[in-house]
Amino acid sequence: MVTTATPVQVVYKRPASLSDTPTHYCPGCTHGIAHRLIAEVMDEMNIRERAIGVAPVGCSVFAYNYFTCDFVEAAHGRAPAMATGIKRVLPDRVVFTYQGDGDMASIGMSEIVHAAGRGENITVIFINNAIYGMTGGQMAPTSLPGQKTTSSPTGRDVESMGFPMKMAELLSQLEGAGYVVRRSLHDPKNIRMAKKAIRLAFETQIRGLGFSMVELLSTCNTNWGVSVLEAMQYLKDHMLPVYPIGDYKVSPALENLRV
Amino acid sequence: MPVKGWIEVDERYCKGCELCISECPQNVLALDLDHLTPKGYHPVMLKMEGCTGCGICAIMCPEAALTVYREVPQKAAQAVQPSGG
Ligand SMILES: Cc1ncc(C[n+]2csc(CCOP(=O)(O)OP(=O)(O)O)c2C)c(N)n1
Ligand code: SF4
Ligand code: SF4
Repeated sequence: MVTTATPVQVVYKRPASLSDTPTHYCPGCTHGIAHRLIAEVMDEMNIRERAIGVAPVGCSVFAYNYFTCDFVEAAHGRAPAMATGIKRVLPDRVVFTYQGDGDMASIGMSEIVHAAGRGENITVIFINNAIYGMTGGQMAPTSLPGQKTTSSPTGRDVESMGFPMKMAELLSQLEGAGYVVRRSLHDPKNIRMAKKAIRLAFETQIRGLGFSMVELLSTCNTNWGVSVLEAMQYLKDHMLPVYPIGDYKVSPALENLRV
Repeated sequence: MPVKGWIEVDERYCKGCELCISECPQNVLALDLDHLTPKGYHPVMLKMEGCTGCGICAIMCPEAALTVYREVPQKAAQAVQPSGG
């Protein structure tokens, strides 16, 4: 009998759309998971050569170092404006912004709302970790009621500091929005769902169905002051009730699309 | 017989965050406390037999540090095409 070596299948390997550069993120930071999912989707759709990312200000300011597609860097909060210009000049490209909650829901609130309102054919990957990571853990518009941060040391008091900004709900109200959903990065099942949503957001753009955004519930273990695993648990216990996962706007043209 | 799988850890990327360890359904991952990566982290390793190559660790990994392999059962070998990613 002829013996042959048992065939081996590669179940997973680092996506080609990620560069060889190791990230500067804290161990266990979900920014890395979000990057990986975007890269996997670019690989699967074979769009790396025509994708252009717009990086924000925040911990992910160096995102342009970690992908092998084209990338530009925007001023704080202005990524949707820059993406608008790029997409209008180069409509055949797949243009996406990658933005934190300080970047997008605070200083960049105006840009994001108007981009969605205009129905710009761009995709936004929105990292909601309920805090300003890069600058040392200040309160974000998305911080939870009662959440202690370096600028709300006794907890976010909604009477004086307002309520969390629910960006997916808010942007989904605008007619220009084609696909607006919220997903979470706290466990394998939710990460799979997040990846599918990123895929659908890019499909929305390619089909010219308007503005698309995927809000990704994320962690910042460093500035939350907890361990990596405690941060995942905190997200599950405290963020999910305030920020329900869901499809807030799905263009009817996407309903029969299977990915 | 259960499917046999294994992982390869790229030490340029692994930061020993333990997210993969916490989600491994077979509980076969652990930090290698006798070893440091170039960045100074204890990398993850397979601590015993039993990996099925399910790939759940790679779904969790924020650094894309893992490559996951599995032996294709002889019967299914013709049906399954090797795929990456
Ligand atoms: C015009 C301007 N204002 C303020 C800052 C300071 N700043 C840098 S990052 C940041 C917020 C980052 O928070 P977020 O967008 O939530 O990203 P994270 O770091 O949490 O990923 C701020 C206020 C700046 N760089 N530029
Ligand atoms: S400070 Fe927070 S958001 Fe920034 S890299 Fe570290 S864990 Fe991630
Ligand atoms: S999840 Fe990735 S970075 Fe974290 S310990 Fe596992 S292999 Fe290393």
